[in-house]
Amino acid sequence: MTSRSGTDVDGGGTTMTEDRGIDGDAVRVVPVRRYGQWLATIVVLVVAGLVVTSLITNPRYQWSLVFSYLFNAQIVEGLGTTLWLTVVAMVVGVVIGIVMALARESRNLVVAAAASVYIAFFRGTPLLVQLIFWFNLAALYPVISLGVPFGPTLFSESTNVLITPFLAAVLGLGLNEGAYMSEIVRAGLQSVDSGQTDASHALGMRKSQTFRRIVLPQAMRVIIPPTGNETISMLKTTSLVSVIAIPELLWQAQAIYSRTYQVIPLLITVSLWYLVVTTVLSMGQYYLERHFTRGDSRRPERSLLGTIVHGLVPRHAAVRRPATTDVQDEGTRS
Amino acid sequence: MTDDATTGAAPVLVEAKGVHKRYGSNLVVRGIDMTVRTGEVMCLLGPSGSGKSTFLRCINHLEKIDAGTISVGGELVGYRRQGDRLHELRDAEIATRRSEIGMVFQQFNLFPHMTVLENLVEAPVQVRRESVKSARERARALLDVVGLADKADAYPRSLSGGQQQRVAIARALTMRPKLMLFDEPTSALDPELVGEVLDVMRGLAADGMTMIVVTHEIGFAREVADTVTFMDGGVVVESGPPEQVLRAPQHERTRSFLAKVL
Repeated sequence: MTSRSGTDVDGGGTTMTEDRGIDGDAVRVVPVRRYGQWLATIVVLVVAGLVVTSLITNPRYQWSLVFSYLFNAQIVEGLGTTLWLTVVAMVVGVVIGIVMALARESRNLVVAAAASVYIAFFRGTPLLVQLIFWFNLAALYPVISLGVPFGPTLFSESTNVLITPFLAAVLGLGLNEGAYMSEIVRAGLQSVDSGQTDASHALGMRKSQTFRRIVLPQAMRVIIPPTGNETISMLKTTSLVSVIAIPELLWQAQAIYSRTYQVIPLLITVSLWYLVVTTVLSMGQYYLERHFTRGDSRRPERSLLGTIVHGLVPRHAAVRRPATTDVQDEGTRS
Repeated sequence: MTDDATTGAAPVLVEAKGVHKRYGSNLVVRGIDMTVRTGEVMCLLGPSGSGKSTFLRCINHLEKIDAGTISVGGELVGYRRQGDRLHELRDAEIATRRSEIGMVFQQFNLFPHMTVLENLVEAPVQVRRESVKSARERARALLDVVGLADKADAYPRSLSGGQQQRVAIARALTMRPKLMLFDEPTSALDPELVGEVLDVMRGLAADGMTMIVVTHEIGFAREVADTVTFMDGGVVVESGPPEQVLRAPQHERTRSFLAKVL
């Protein structure tokens, strides 16, 4: 390295030498030596080598088992449930999110306060607790009735019949997601300049038209990236509902290894599936982002691969969700 | 179109009576009376914070007024009169009345997610339910008028400020407005781009468009305006033909303002 840069500078160094009046000798430029970086590289390579070696040589990984379970009927069925649950919970979350974002901006103080309480409650309590709560709703309200408030009852049914485990899971995941989505949607709506609304109104467009045609499409640019992250996060969060006996991916794996005791291979099988799906979702997010940044000079600097890596990397833990400031940050960054 | 036409029998298009507007406890517009006749070009001058932009936004009900009335073409813009009370109109009714008043903003406010042509087609199709085909034809014709026929498929961000403002004027014209409001249309432009926008506005005035222009371009006011109105502190200080207000102002405040800007 030293000898190479030495020759490089020699070539161009002649004029410098003459200017400075240093006779004959070339002046060499020596960059700062970054010993820390060298050290870090060595450490990473050594650790990576150890990990790979152990992956290959440790027979307890049972790789053949891992791959044989990949398309096991039970596992595939669990994957289907996981995907379905993710989609339904996200749809519920996004719809609630838009409604709550609008409610929070409402001039009606009662409505705005109700939205704030909703968001504070669902963000302030652990999702796991919420899931178990919905699952045990019958303990609080044994019967659910529909009727005129303080008047006659029109419909009545046992809570345990009405709130199936799947519905409890959708309620838990969706209501929780709605609280986070409302913050994302709100940040998106606020990112649109008020001049846009003025211009649209001045042209004679009604409030609903202005929202649908002018504000929302521009807000999407800010809303899409964190929503993609939320979807990826949701996919992984659905594993929590295994505690209320929903036969999703993790639950199916647990069901198998409780019989066969092949705990590690099955957990690896499950992890591989989660990785595959999150990768596919990240690719989808890339194309959505491109679509919603039309006319924007900031259009994708990030490559497809970059988006995938970005989608996979920054999630800290399964249940972690971005705070408000996080959301706005992500908006401006992308 | 000429001066005699406006000072003569042309019908009143805009009539403001005792308009007040407050933000919180801050009274921004405090009792404005104003009449603008069809075909007239009125330039509103005044120091910043004098309430001229706010008053302009009241004319198409982008701002709600706290007292007084503003009528355009004989109709109150945001309200319906019943006896001695004004009832605020529903959103759809306000939108219909606004669609006949064009507005051009200091910051252009083009829709960045649409091409130039889509910007011009949006309101005729969404508000007037025109066919996309006829809206496109008129949009192209208007782009030709403002000299930007070749930019139809560009996105606003790729245009210069002057080009964006000319597109914004064309966009307002797609609704065939009977009145055009200009809110400091050249204040956000680089000096060398001001001329192209003023040229388009001159053309509009020559075609007989009724215009109310909030501006700092004294030269434009002197040349194009039929009436110059000077505002300060939320009231009209004086108003009249440009040669009178600009050459021989009656009020000390007008004189000191003109001394600073000229």
